[in-house]
Amino acid sequence: MDKSQGRTSRPETGGVAEVATVSGHRGLMMEEPLVFEQGEPGRTGVDLPEVPKTVERLGGVKRRQAIGLPSLSEPQVVRHFTRLSQKNYAIDSGMYPLGSCTMKHNPRLNEKLARLPGFADIHPLQPAQTIQGALELMDRLAHWLKVLTGMPAVALSPGAGAHGEFCGMTAIRAALQARVDKRNKVLVPESAHGTNPATAAALGYEVESIPADARGRVDVAAFKAKLGPDVAGIMLTNPNTCGLFETDIVEIARAMHEAGGFLYADGANFNAIVGRVRPGDLGIDAMHINLHKTFSTPHGGGGPGSGPVVFSAALAPYVPLPYVVHGPEGFRLVETAEAGAAPFGRLKAFHGQMGMFVRALAYMMSHGADGLRQASEDAVLNANYVLARLKDTMTAAFDGPCMHEALFDDHFLKDTGVTTLDVAKALIDEGFHPMTMYFPLVVHGALLIEPTESETKATLDHFVASLRAVAARAKSGDAAFFHAAPRLTPRRRLDETRAARQPVLRWRPPTPRQAAE
Amino acid sequence: MAEIRFTKEHEWIRIEGDVAVIGITDYAQQQLGDIVYVELPAVGKKLAKGDEAAVVESVKAASEVYAPVSGEVAAVNDGLGANPALVNSSPAGDGWFLKLRGADAAEIKGLMDEAAYKKYLEGLA
Amino acid sequence: MRYLPHTDADRRAMLAAISAPSIDALYRDVPASARLSGLLDLPKHMPEMEVERELTALAARNRSAGAMASFLGGGAYRHHVPAAVDHLIQRGEFLTSYTPYQPEVSQGTLQMLFEFQTQVALISDMEVANASMYDGATAAAEAVMMANRVTHRKKAILSGGLHPHYCEVVENYARWCGFEATCGGPDPQGAEDLARQIDGDTSCVVVQSPSVFGHIKGYSALAAAAQKAGALLVFVVTEIVSLGLLTPPGAMGADIVAAEGQSLGNALNFGGPYLGLFATRDRYVRQMPGRIAGETVDADGRRGWVLTLSTREQHIRREKATSNICTNSGLCALAFSIHLSLLGEDGFARLAEINHARAVQLAEKLAAVKGVTVLNDGFFNEFTVRLPRPAAPVVDRLVERGVLAGVPASRLWPERRDVTDLLIVAATETNSVAEMDFFAQSLAEAL
Repeated sequence: MDKSQGRTSRPETGGVAEVATVSGHRGLMMEEPLVFEQGEPGRTGVDLPEVPKTVERLGGVKRRQAIGLPSLSEPQVVRHFTRLSQKNYAIDSGMYPLGSCTMKHNPRLNEKLARLPGFADIHPLQPAQTIQGALELMDRLAHWLKVLTGMPAVALSPGAGAHGEFCGMTAIRAALQARVDKRNKVLVPESAHGTNPATAAALGYEVESIPADARGRVDVAAFKAKLGPDVAGIMLTNPNTCGLFETDIVEIARAMHEAGGFLYADGANFNAIVGRVRPGDLGIDAMHINLHKTFSTPHGGGGPGSGPVVFSAALAPYVPLPYVVHGPEGFRLVETAEAGAAPFGRLKAFHGQMGMFVRALAYMMSHGADGLRQASEDAVLNANYVLARLKDTMTAAFDGPCMHEALFDDHFLKDTGVTTLDVAKALIDEGFHPMTMYFPLVVHGALLIEPTESETKATLDHFVASLRAVAARAKSGDAAFFHAAPRLTPRRRLDETRAARQPVLRWRPPTPRQAAE
Repeated sequence: MAEIRFTKEHEWIRIEGDVAVIGITDYAQQQLGDIVYVELPAVGKKLAKGDEAAVVESVKAASEVYAPVSGEVAAVNDGLGANPALVNSSPAGDGWFLKLRGADAAEIKGLMDEAAYKKYLEGLA
Repeated sequence: MRYLPHTDADRRAMLAAISAPSIDALYRDVPASARLSGLLDLPKHMPEMEVERELTALAARNRSAGAMASFLGGGAYRHHVPAAVDHLIQRGEFLTSYTPYQPEVSQGTLQMLFEFQTQVALISDMEVANASMYDGATAAAEAVMMANRVTHRKKAILSGGLHPHYCEVVENYARWCGFEATCGGPDPQGAEDLARQIDGDTSCVVVQSPSVFGHIKGYSALAAAAQKAGALLVFVVTEIVSLGLLTPPGAMGADIVAAEGQSLGNALNFGGPYLGLFATRDRYVRQMPGRIAGETVDADGRRGWVLTLSTREQHIRREKATSNICTNSGLCALAFSIHLSLLGEDGFARLAEINHARAVQLAEKLAAVKGVTVLNDGFFNEFTVRLPRPAAPVVDRLVERGVLAGVPASRLWPERRDVTDLLIVAATETNSVAEMDFFAQSLAEAL
């Protein structure tokens, strides 16, 4: 057995004294059944034209059985999803200090511009002469990304961060293959996000873990000891997942290159350094950028994202198809390999997350070079402010300063009977989304706080006050209070054990006997 | 009652007739929390000492269980499919994982006995 | 700057609270050689009006499909999305919320995902679905990798009816992730015999129906042949509206369904963000990639939902995960779900009927043009025509008339000489009879 951070996934039962209602609703907190439980045959939420009278040419493959979809009217559907939305926390409602997620404000100008028909209503396979504006937008975004990172090439197509990691690591593999250099290992710090080793393993690499040193950075000596002719590269996050700038990154890059390998950077934490540091100046060969983190495209309840990857000159020939080039006849989308290039293939059906490109470019243009730099500085300032105001009552994992996120461990909860999870659940009742918990794995019971630049000092003070009170309560021995948290949310703690032991992953129509009950 | 032995990775092993029964210890199940799923090897699979024998999952973690000795899988505990909670409630009894045939008895005897394992646990605290 | 709330006074007060002399002090860990002292060579911040003006001008340099008579398909389809969809997905609690890792404050997202998973399972007639992937092509690649894990084999057979971009993605993953997958060449007649190619090394056969050329086939026999050899049938659908009218993959014996959901709720968006749908049988669920929402109860015994079976995923299993995927296509899945909820059983069927009828009408009109042959007997809303000349230049000429005439096969298979006279044409409920007549007429004049 090699994992020791199991934690309770089943809640303690026990109600909270509350006003009972007949309807089950509680004021503005509505109970809302599944859409499948509300339909009635004969209802519809759309008004479609008549079906033109034609022969049928389906080749005999026509559906014979009903699907079983519910039929609802438009008002019902609008109310259903409105009620669902009201059960969600969101950036628009409050601070989301999730470390490494960069939950900054999602500008509405982005939404307006992404919906212009000239961007939203264009088909990916339209002839180039009809979509010059779209190709130019991609080219402009590529330019901003290259200048911000100091890297000469970029792939826009990856669909999200993990996809970008796959893209960057595949380029590295392609480069090694091109020089007939068989290497089978990739080095990944212990503190890395799970997508890093998962990506390396998917590409057939053996993953070797590098420990962190006492200062929370990659142990350079340990790293160098693992270098050899079989190491394809190292995947670093900078700033790292402990919120710290990898001070030795230039040396790590140099040593890695000297050993014939490459440096991949996970750009999830780019928000700390935009406009202050260029990854290209650090020796990075490939870095994915999360447009949905650093560049404000909305998280949408889990996606969609966009994960463009910037490349060094060494990897530029391997950038995947398709990409935009500018020539005498305007912009062109290159979809087949051209002379001198050795693209490693296509990653998605089409060219990338255009909807996110529009949003990200609008954000970049709104901030400009000066605003982007200011945003990074404010993000770092906010994290350090939170760190300074909490470190006397919670245990900071490392001495400051931090970058854009502050890491604490659960040492301050020792012998209280209260866990990191409990603290998070108590914070929910305080009206804050919890910070990232139990990540990175290099500290015990991690609490990783990333305020972003969008929060006012007043909000941070409010957050700090709540967290100080929660910490104090934990230390006072009131464990029972925590185990029953949260109390004020649409649902109390949910039984994740049951969900995993007896998976119910979809609704099923009740059996006739159930329906009769 | 057959003599039980333990590994540093918190597996227990016990000879019963011509097979060795293997499971995880009470300490391990406590560390993992509620067990939700156990991935067991195929009957007939040959395991070398130290090979991954099973994977035990809680909601937030998946832990490998390693073969404490070499042998061939003679049986697996099918009851864990319907009731993984047995690993929590009866880790040394009904929560057993697998039985190995052809294990070296001397190799088993060479592992930590109950007293040594208890001492080892105290050292971890 | 309107997105940055701090005033200089705030910054000074906070620096004082930290006991830092300046913001530069907080960047002291950056090597001196890498510190940027000045601004990068990019424009400075712009007023909102100007950003709007510039990007609107860029948008105006595109001719939107709605402003032309558009008959483009080829993996992305123009449908009418009811007005309510876009309003609902822009509610801040959907738009700006995160992955539902704290379920107590994410029941909206989790219930929506549970409903979405159910809808995907219902329309494809499969047992279980995940909470979405990036797009249909990556879903197809993940499906093949899942089949490899389930069968412990490494060789996938890809139909010549599979969209070539999907083929390229699967082949790309195969090449770099260490398994085998080769596309059959384009199969414009729908005549290939895949069963013959299955052997004891085959992990899966990947088919698409309707195919990229629009052909529809039954696949029950192929499913049986695959399963007899210990392989899985992976079924790709690029036009999800087709499931309103056609026999679903599950009924044909599909083991995994990898589909593109863009047609419902989501605009064309020049190719992204799109919506990968993924469904399979219950017995394979632990090998299924992606997030999954599951039902449970809370501490008060009330029904609720959580992300579950997380030990398959990268954040727990790391290098042993079923996939490296983290982000899904959440907001696109929401749009899909809202649209399908509005359509309901009858609306979905009727939408599909209208699409098919429009395509039938269009096929008749185009077949009447001299020199034009429709290759398909059967199709859903997309079919292939053979022109007497290379199709791509004809398409360019029709653009000048305001017609987006379809996807020339040479666009999808640029290296093949034998498909240059083929044009793949789609019609949806958004095409009027007048548009279709204009297309046919323009085509006649252009040939």
